[in-house]
Amino acid sequence: MNDGKATNGAAGAKKRFMYVNRKAPYGTIYALESLEVVLISAAFEQDVSLAFLDDGVYQLTKGQNTTAIGMKNFSPTFKALGDYEIKKLYVEKESLDERGLAPEDLMQITYEDEDEDYAEKPLIHIVSRSELTEILARQDVLFNF
Amino acid sequence: MDAYVLDSHSYEHDEEGYLKNLSEWNKELAVLIAVDEKIEMSDEHWEVVNFLRDYYEEYQVAPAIRVLVKAMKKTFGPEKGEQKYLYQLFPYGPAKQACKIAGLPKPTGCV
Amino acid sequence: MPTLHTINKSPFERSSFASALNHLLPGDALLMIEDGVVGARKSSAFAGRLEAAAKTCRVYVLGPDLAARGIAEKDVVAGATLVDYGGFVDLVTGHDRTQAWL
Repeated sequence: MNDGKATNGAAGAKKRFMYVNRKAPYGTIYALESLEVVLISAAFEQDVSLAFLDDGVYQLTKGQNTTAIGMKNFSPTFKALGDYEIKKLYVEKESLDERGLAPEDLMQITYEDEDEDYAEKPLIHIVSRSELTEILARQDVLFNF
Repeated sequence: MDAYVLDSHSYEHDEEGYLKNLSEWNKELAVLIAVDEKIEMSDEHWEVVNFLRDYYEEYQVAPAIRVLVKAMKKTFGPEKGEQKYLYQLFPYGPAKQACKIAGLPKPTGCV
Repeated sequence: MPTLHTINKSPFERSSFASALNHLLPGDALLMIEDGVVGARKSSAFAGRLEAAAKTCRVYVLGPDLAARGIAEKDVVAGATLVDYGGFVDLVTGHDRTQAWL
């Protein structure tokens, strides 16, 4: 089940947790709930990554402005994920294409690599549908929102 | 509804003392909340409180303690980027107490 | 390392059923539950896609949800296997992970 790459010695085996996000923000509570669970679960020091496909890609668009709908714009919080040791956000290219979106329509999200003198590295990885399918199949636990 | 009262103006808070409306926050109110927490605000306390407010402004989330320590370390250096240092300032939990004084919601994942 | 995919929404109402079919690997299992069983009816507009998936994956339908919606066993697409709640549990424990297409 575990190929041994993701173990961290005394603390035992780390598991690969992936949060799969398939819904646009604000219309339902799924997106916000997912993000909150992600932030909480970061305390458990597992190998956490996020996937965005279908309407879930809309969670990462830039220029979100929720002032007029009276809801909190939580999109800036994705930029804090690097601080929470989350280094991988996978976005499915086909889902972007289907919705008329391009990678440039998404927020620029980076994390600072402490091991490389705080060099800024991109958090978002655009992957194809078949690549994402393979990534899903490598996880130990999938959480769906 | 529970509220802090300052200069005959009341500021609503939840059952744990976190401010309901973070836009109402001001420095005098922060001092009052700190008194409730048995904390006398020093420059070091303000440094943390202001740091938390800036973090929230940018990310719309109050950082977990581990994240706060790491971010403090980067901004203020290793001496202040220590759990111990933060606990000396805020003995009942830096994230909880400092966030409350900063007028922020309780950090996500903090129970 | 096969995955169990569960689907609980009708393919006529949501895109999640189609999305699940787009993310199957050969050897994975697909289980229709709740309104997802609507997709298991033979000769529906969706049946062709499900039958195609059944060529490389195992396809299951939760019997109690079929019965509740008046879909007879003989009217289920070819290649799909009926399971009861016990069979549902066996499928979950028999796979490395479960992907719930909500």
